[in-house]
Amino acid sequence: VKICVLVKEVPDAAVEKRMDPDSKRLDRSGEKNLNPFDTHAIEAAMQIREGGAVEVDEIVAVTMGPDTAFRALHKAVSLGADRSMHLTDEALAGSDVCATGYALAKTLESESPDLVLLGQQSDDGECYTIGAVVADHLKMPSLTQVIKIDVADGKLRCERQAEYGYDTVDVELPAVISVGDAINEPRYPSLKAIMGAKKKPLDTKSTADVGIEPDKVGERGSRTAVLSLNPPPAKEAGEIIEDEDTNETVERIVVWLEERKLLA
Amino acid sequence: MSAVLTYALHYQGEFNKNSLGAVSEGAKLAKELGGEAAAVVVGEGEDLTDELCASLGRYGASKVYRARAPEGLAQPVVDVMAKVIRDDGFKYALFGGGLLGFEIGAGLTARLSAGVTMEVTAVKAEDGKLVAERPILQDSAIVDVGYVSEPGIIIGRLNAFDAVESGEGAAEVVDVDVQLEEHSSRATMVQRGEQRGADVNIEDAEVLVAGGRGLGNPDGFEMCEQLAEALGGAVAATRAVVDAGWYPYAAQIGQTGKTVAPKLYLAAGISGAIQHKVGMQSSENIVAINKDPNAPIFEFSDLGVVGDLNKIIPKLTDAVKAKRGG
Repeated sequence: VKICVLVKEVPDAAVEKRMDPDSKRLDRSGEKNLNPFDTHAIEAAMQIREGGAVEVDEIVAVTMGPDTAFRALHKAVSLGADRSMHLTDEALAGSDVCATGYALAKTLESESPDLVLLGQQSDDGECYTIGAVVADHLKMPSLTQVIKIDVADGKLRCERQAEYGYDTVDVELPAVISVGDAINEPRYPSLKAIMGAKKKPLDTKSTADVGIEPDKVGERGSRTAVLSLNPPPAKEAGEIIEDEDTNETVERIVVWLEERKLLA
Repeated sequence: MSAVLTYALHYQGEFNKNSLGAVSEGAKLAKELGGEAAAVVVGEGEDLTDELCASLGRYGASKVYRARAPEGLAQPVVDVMAKVIRDDGFKYALFGGGLLGFEIGAGLTARLSAGVTMEVTAVKAEDGKLVAERPILQDSAIVDVGYVSEPGIIIGRLNAFDAVESGEGAAEVVDVDVQLEEHSSRATMVQRGEQRGADVNIEDAEVLVAGGRGLGNPDGFEMCEQLAEALGGAVAATRAVVDAGWYPYAAQIGQTGKTVAPKLYLAAGISGAIQHKVGMQSSENIVAINKDPNAPIFEFSDLGVVGDLNKIIPKLTDAVKAKRGG
């Protein structure tokens, strides 16, 4: 089977994320990294390959994003993908969830994967929805927030936590599965893998290459518009204690609790 | 005019509380738009009676569409709602917070080329259209999102909408017959709603000591249990540690767990992701202990302690015992 893993380049966790007040889009300047949630999806693909219940021919990392996003693909390859694909085009700028899901689905279509894996959310957009959007376009069954995948008889037995407890669901291939971060502990890439990542094939595609209709993507193809950007309601900042002398810290906590009659 | 269509999730003959909140919100918004509010229910069980469906009228739905299709999975519901929206021309689809709402809303986005906004905390009607308010970037900013075409899809944040009995009568129940898409039948529920681990009651506790990944390992919960005992409270947990098997599911706070509002919520080694925050932000006093000074939980705690919980919690336990005479 062929597994495609959707990945995304996001601002590094250490960068303070902000919105550009003019464009009302996320300011994507500054240090970037592979979305940490995606490393779990790559690891899940690797574990399916290593588990041996099904022969994995290829693991392909797929991203959509500006020129710089190839770095996220290098990272994905260093973690185990065999090659990667980068959809990049000026026309895609400003795409909302609806447009992004369509563009990613068209890109995946060109690869005809048996399984699409992705992380549960991106660290910047926090939308949790791309997997289900892509699945509907590809007409594939789909589950999100999956924390266990077993492959048997060409089917996936998936577990996840839903509204009323843990659900176990059988999903036939081809399928789109978004994985929760509890599914595994991603491995660290070896130095050799990091060095070798740049030499693995990376295909760069434009929207025309994968048959994307230009008026369905970018700002023009988006179905939502950010009307205004506002600060959150002011909340009185809490008191902060930096622990230097633990006895003193504990004493301060106890006083704080007593003042609020919480130790009665 | 058909204005707002809301999905109502049920399980074993009862509607989900967030769904009732969404139905109430849908009714309020439909009124503001000058149209009708309806709800969709999907299931195979005998619990989906006329009476149960009609009871959504109390929360303001004037019509309830009922479809017989597999339960607990999103894609059959996408098929049902897409048909109802197309046939009856609903302008908006609304969901309460929860896993299925996200999945169904996302599927509809693709199916109907519709705009979607998720994690919505408030919705307002302006000039005959709905505008969704959504906190972003760990709640550090709020965007107002409008829709450039119909239908628009609104996925609420957990507990964002209150269930309000508007005092109206029973809703009209309409059965809809839907041919499911081929792919919607290729996922099958094997087991639903399995409870893992011991049954514990955290909803009635006035004091909760909640543990997260920062505890380092399952043994960290012993420390939490001792502190909870000293404080006269119970122990709760985040999803991350429950999924990792460190603590029972029944103790989980947040998006797919319980919602609590104790007098004291002491968070130990919890970063404070939105999924956790939605389940505990109404607590009267929030104390957080975390070694990462940038942890989001410090943004909404009343007392934040930056330090090593392995050093602080045992000493705090002793000090509390001394005060309370435990």
